[in-house]
Amino acid sequence: MAGKSENKATRNATPAADSLTITLAGQPNVGKSTIFNVLTGLSQHVGNWPGKTVEQKVGKFTHAGQNYTVVDLPGTYSLTANSEEERIARNFIIQEEPDVVVVVVDAAVLERSLYLLAEILLLPAPVVLALNMIDVAEQEGIQIESAVLEAALGIPVVPLNAARGRGIRELIAAVETLSTGQYNYHPRYPTILPAHQEVLAEILALIQDDAPPLYPPNWIALKLLEGDEELTALMEQRLPPEKWEQVYQHFYAHEDAILDIAGARYEWIERMIRAAVIRPKVGQVGLTAHLDKVLTHPLWGTVVLLAVLGFVFWLTYALGSPLQAWLDGLLGLLGDYVATLLHGAPVWLVALLTDGVIGGAGMVLTFLPILLIFFAVLGILEDTGYMARVAFLTDRFMHSMGLHGKSFIPLLLGFGCNVPSILGARIIETKRARLLTILLAPLIPCTARMAVITVLTPIFFGAAAGWVAWGLVVFSLLVLVGLGLLLHRFILKGEQVAFIMELPLYHLPNFQTIGLYVWQNAVAFLKKAGTIILGVSIIIWIFSYFPTGDPTESYLALTGRWLEPLGVWMGLPWQALTALLTSFIAKENTIATLSILYGDLETVLPTALTPAAALAFLVMQMLFIPCVAVVATIKQETNTKWTLVSVGMLLFISWVAGVLVYQLGHLVF
Amino acid sequence: MIELITLQSGEQGLVRALHGGRHFIGRLAALGFTPGAQLTMVRNDSFGPVIIAVRGSQVALGRGQAQRVLITRPSNGQGS
Repeated sequence: MAGKSENKATRNATPAADSLTITLAGQPNVGKSTIFNVLTGLSQHVGNWPGKTVEQKVGKFTHAGQNYTVVDLPGTYSLTANSEEERIARNFIIQEEPDVVVVVVDAAVLERSLYLLAEILLLPAPVVLALNMIDVAEQEGIQIESAVLEAALGIPVVPLNAARGRGIRELIAAVETLSTGQYNYHPRYPTILPAHQEVLAEILALIQDDAPPLYPPNWIALKLLEGDEELTALMEQRLPPEKWEQVYQHFYAHEDAILDIAGARYEWIERMIRAAVIRPKVGQVGLTAHLDKVLTHPLWGTVVLLAVLGFVFWLTYALGSPLQAWLDGLLGLLGDYVATLLHGAPVWLVALLTDGVIGGAGMVLTFLPILLIFFAVLGILEDTGYMARVAFLTDRFMHSMGLHGKSFIPLLLGFGCNVPSILGARIIETKRARLLTILLAPLIPCTARMAVITVLTPIFFGAAAGWVAWGLVVFSLLVLVGLGLLLHRFILKGEQVAFIMELPLYHLPNFQTIGLYVWQNAVAFLKKAGTIILGVSIIIWIFSYFPTGDPTESYLALTGRWLEPLGVWMGLPWQALTALLTSFIAKENTIATLSILYGDLETVLPTALTPAAALAFLVMQMLFIPCVAVVATIKQETNTKWTLVSVGMLLFISWVAGVLVYQLGHLVF
Repeated sequence: MIELITLQSGEQGLVRALHGGRHFIGRLAALGFTPGAQLTMVRNDSFGPVIIAVRGSQVALGRGQAQRVLITRPSNGQGS
C-alpha cells in the first residue's frame, strides 16, 4: 500500500514523495484535534479547504526515519452530504486516497462514535481505530477490552489517552504496520436490513458501469438509497436517462430507507461491541450527570453561567489591563526613542513613524495580552465541555431572535475581538442563522471599543463614568437583541433553526490544545496588525498630515468639516466625526485622532462637547461600523452584498441612535 | 405512539419514528435516534430545550425537534 502515494493529487497537503499521508477522521468532541496536536505540534498549518469556509489543518512529523503528513478532517457525525464538512471529509478520503485513515472514537461514547466508522469502512482506505478518552470512560464507569474489539472489527484498535500523550506511540506503530501490509486487515463490514438488500443490488447493477473513477459502486448505491443529494446529482449526470429513471423509481419507493440503514449500522455496532464493553451498574451515576444536575438547571445553571462569565471578564481585565497599560507606556518610550534617533530627518518621516506606525498599528498591538487571556479562559471552558452547556442554557433566550444556543458562543468570543466571533459563526449549521449571527456580531463591544469607553467616559462624566460605561454596554446589547428581533421577523425570515447538539462528557482540559488555540489566535492577530492595520494606519496618517502638516488643515479634517452638517443633529463638531471615521481602521484610533485634533483631551474635550453630545458620541462609537479587519472577515465569510448590508445597517443605526440620544439628552441635561 | 416531548425528566422510551425532512432524519439517525433505540429524558423543564440520553451520549434537542421524535413507553401492557 505504500506505493499508492505516487499518483496522488493532494491539493493543499502536498506531501513529499516519500511521505505517508494519515487522515484523522472522527465525530465532534472525540479529542481528534488533541491527537492531531500531539502528533504535529507547531508544524501544523491552519487554512481553509479550497473554496470553502471550513477550516483545514495539515501537519507533519517524522518517526523512525519515515515522514508523515497528517490531514485533520472536519469533525462529522456521519458522511451524508448534509453539510459542507461531511462532503469535504468523504471526498477527501475517496479522491485523495490517504495511506491510512485514523478514525478517532470516544471510548466513553463508543456506540455513538463508532457510527462514523460504520460509514468510513465502506470507503477504499485502510482504517485504524483510535479509542480515545479511555480515562474519561473509566471515570464514567465504562471499561473496554480493546483486543476483543479489534478481534470483532478485524482492524487495528489502539487505546489512547491523547490528552496525557498516552498511546500515541502505539498509534504510530499501528499506522506503520498497516501501511506496510504487515497487518492481517479483514474488516467486518456493516450490512443492511434484508428488506433493502434486493433493491440495493438492483441499484448497484444499474450504476456499476457508470460510477465515477475512485468511487466504490456499492457505496454509491447505498448513498443513493439514503437519498444523498450530492451523489444523486452526480449520478443523474453520468447515467443514461433510462437507467436513471429506474434508479429514481427505486429510490422513490424506498424513501424511508435512510432510517433503516442508520438502524442497521447501529445493529452492527451493537454486535461489534457486545463482548468488548463492560457498562457501569444500573444506578451508578457518572461525574457528568452529577455536574449537569446543577449546570443545566434553568435557574441554578443560569446563576453559575453568569458567575462564570463575570469571572472570565474580571480575570481578563484584572490581568490584561495592567499589561496593556505597561505596553502602552513602552510604546510611548519607543516613539520618543525613534524621534531622537531620527533627529534631523524630515519632519514628515518622524511623524509617519511615531504617529502613523507606532501610534496606529502599535497601539492595536498593546491589546494582545487582553485578547490572549480572554481566549485562553474561553478555550479552557470549551475544552472541558462546559461551552455546550452555555449553548443549552442560552438557547431559550436566543430563540427570540430566530437563533439557537450555538450562536451564543461566537457572540461571546466577540467580547474579545469581533474577528474570531465572525469566524466562529461557522459552527452554526444553517446559512440563515449563520448570516444573522454575523450581522449581529459587530454590535458586541470588543476589547478595543471598551478601551475607548474606559478612556473617554471619565473625561466626560467624572465620577459617574462607571455607570455610564455599564449603561453603554447594556445599551449595545439591547440594540443587538432589538436588531436580532427585527431581522428575524421582517428580513431574514425563515423557520426556526433545529437545535440539535451533543452535550459532551466533562473532562479535564488539555493545555497543549488550549495553548495552540491561543497561539493560532495570536498569530492571526499579529498578521492582521502587521499587514492590513499597518497599511491602513499609514494611509490614514497621510490623510491626517498632508498637505500642510497641520492636522486641523489636513484632508482628513476637510472630510470631517464636509460632514459637519450631519453632526449638527448630534451636537458633534467635525473633530468628533473625524474620530469616528478613523475608528474604522482600529477602534482605538478614536482616542488617537481626538488627541491629534484637540491636543490635551482632559481639559479641552469637556468644553468642546456638551454632556448630551458626549453621550451621543459614546453611543455612536459603540454602534459604529466595526474596524476594517472585521469588515474584511465579514466579506470573506459572506459576500460583498451582505458586507455592504452590514456596514450600511450599522452606519444607519449608529446615526439614528446618536441623533436620538442627543435630542433626548438635550431635554434632560 | 407519543411525542418524545411528553416524557418527564427521568422517564424512558423507545424510538419508533421520526417526522421531518431527510436532512433532519439523517442528523438524528446518525446521533442514534433509530427505531428501537432506548432513550431517557434527562431534563425536560417545560420550557426551553430538553436533554436526552441515547446510545451512551447526551443530546440537547429543541422542543420543536423533540415533538417530531415519536416513541413508545417501555412495555407495561398499555400503549400502542
